[in-house]
Amino acid sequence: MKVLVPVKRVLDYNLKVRVKPDGSGVDLSNLKMSINPFCEIAIEEAVRMKEGGGGHAKDSAKEVVAVSIGPEQAQETLRNALAIGADRGILVKAEGEVEPLAVAKILKGVIDAEKPDLVILGKQAIDDDNNATAQMVAALLDWPQATFASKIVLAGSKATVTREVDGGLQTIDVDLPAIISTDLRLNEPRYASLPNIMKAKKKPIDVKTPADFGVDTAPRLQTVKTAEPGKRQAGIKVKTAAELVGKLKEAGVI
Amino acid sequence: MAVLVVAEHDNASVKDATNKVVTAAKAMGGDVDVLVAGSNAGAAAAAAAKIDGVRKVLHADGATLAKQMAEPLEALVVPLAANYDAILFPASTTGKNAAPRVAAKLDVMQVSGVIGVEGADTFVRPIYAGNAIITVKDSQPKKVLTVQPTAFKAAGDSGSASVETIPAPAGPFKSAFVGEEMAKSDRPELTAAKRVVSGGRALGSSEEFHKVLDPLADKLGAAVGASRAAVDAGYAPNDYQVGQTGKVVAPELYVAIGISGAIQHLAGMKDSKVIVAINKDEDAPIFQVADYGLVADYKTAVPELMDELTKAGV
Repeated sequence: MKVLVPVKRVLDYNLKVRVKPDGSGVDLSNLKMSINPFCEIAIEEAVRMKEGGGGHAKDSAKEVVAVSIGPEQAQETLRNALAIGADRGILVKAEGEVEPLAVAKILKGVIDAEKPDLVILGKQAIDDDNNATAQMVAALLDWPQATFASKIVLAGSKATVTREVDGGLQTIDVDLPAIISTDLRLNEPRYASLPNIMKAKKKPIDVKTPADFGVDTAPRLQTVKTAEPGKRQAGIKVKTAAELVGKLKEAGVI
Repeated sequence: MAVLVVAEHDNASVKDATNKVVTAAKAMGGDVDVLVAGSNAGAAAAAAAKIDGVRKVLHADGATLAKQMAEPLEALVVPLAANYDAILFPASTTGKNAAPRVAAKLDVMQVSGVIGVEGADTFVRPIYAGNAIITVKDSQPKKVLTVQPTAFKAAGDSGSASVETIPAPAGPFKSAFVGEEMAKSDRPELTAAKRVVSGGRALGSSEEFHKVLDPLADKLGAAVGASRAAVDAGYAPNDYQVGQTGKVVAPELYVAIGISGAIQHLAGMKDSKVIVAINKDEDAPIFQVADYGLVADYKTAVPELMDELTKAGV
């Protein structure tokens, strides 16, 4: 089985987001960028399917291909995926923001060319928070989807996927090929070891452009303003639990 | 202008989220119809017809729609789109699962997690887990939105719209429902709860986490949450996690116990109406967002809080 894992380069999740004073966007200059946490979970799961682990038999996946759509520096994100254990990478070079619909169209092109049996994506990127790409790719391909996965069991031509839904867990079967999007609980990604980071530098990365797949990446939505969220004022310190309960009663929340 | 709202429901009743999305739809202007897609969902369709400001309820009923999975919802909604300028889904796991599928089929880029409607084509939504708020203009002829229900007031229930039955998609589909395991707890669901009690790494162990938080949550009728640090340390299951990479909550009351307040965590709860922090470190960043801070060891403060709540008749 061949598994394809798209990965996105985003602002490191530990960093504070700063809105540009002129409201034109978020300031990302000179800030550390990292692999989107949900994408890292997707790579980890695919690599476990290859190595055996996380309930998967060894060699469930024969090959793991990582894809990133983004600027030249998205190579680093791909190297990160290769260090976790992906076999090779594909960089689709695109400047500026590429919306999920365009990303899905590019991925459809990559999938038509690579013919994977399974595509695992992060459920959302922690920058634009769209939570859309996996579902969109599934729609464009007419493939089944299992989003927000917390457990994946491969069984022949099917995957049984446990999904995190409001209020609990839902289990569904999807016929392969299928699209799966990862939730936090699926696994805990490893730290790439130094030898694997070195090895990753030698793994091949193909470079493509959106035009190779006939996709126009011009955004459909126009961001007219970016603002700081309403700031919370620090409140007051109370001395005792009794005072706290009094304040909560005054505030009408108990 | 006509807007279709895809209802959040459990076949027997319509969830409050639907009334809230109807409010968002009304803010766009034009006629608002509600789609109830389910199995034996007549009662839900009847309830949807009572929502104020609804022109018509479309009721599709069939076995393929029993679990409102993405593929049958796509098959149902995409042909209906011809009659509407915009299709709104609640930003629930059901809505988030299906909406982008519908959008892609219609060659539409969806606007996700809308928290404000400034007209028929201008929407406000959070990015970076709410650390920045963008205003987006959507000039596409057809629009697909997921709407954050907590951001809108619920429309009332004194309407009397007509209910039109439409056929359910026949299938077959390439995905099948196997089973579900819904949280049996009497506590409310974390993202919908009016009150949330959350614990951090200071709790020190899984036993202590539950021993301290569960009784307080039960007393307040609250859901239980946790910081990423507590989840990573194994004190709480992953689905408890409140934060940028976990769940984003905005309850009326959020009680943070032994949580330092990493950016990661604040991103997931700072829109709560009232935030209470109990932490023995007076310099903990959580106090910068808390309305009421109590600098104390949770070991003494939580039992005292329980006593005081009892005295106050809670």
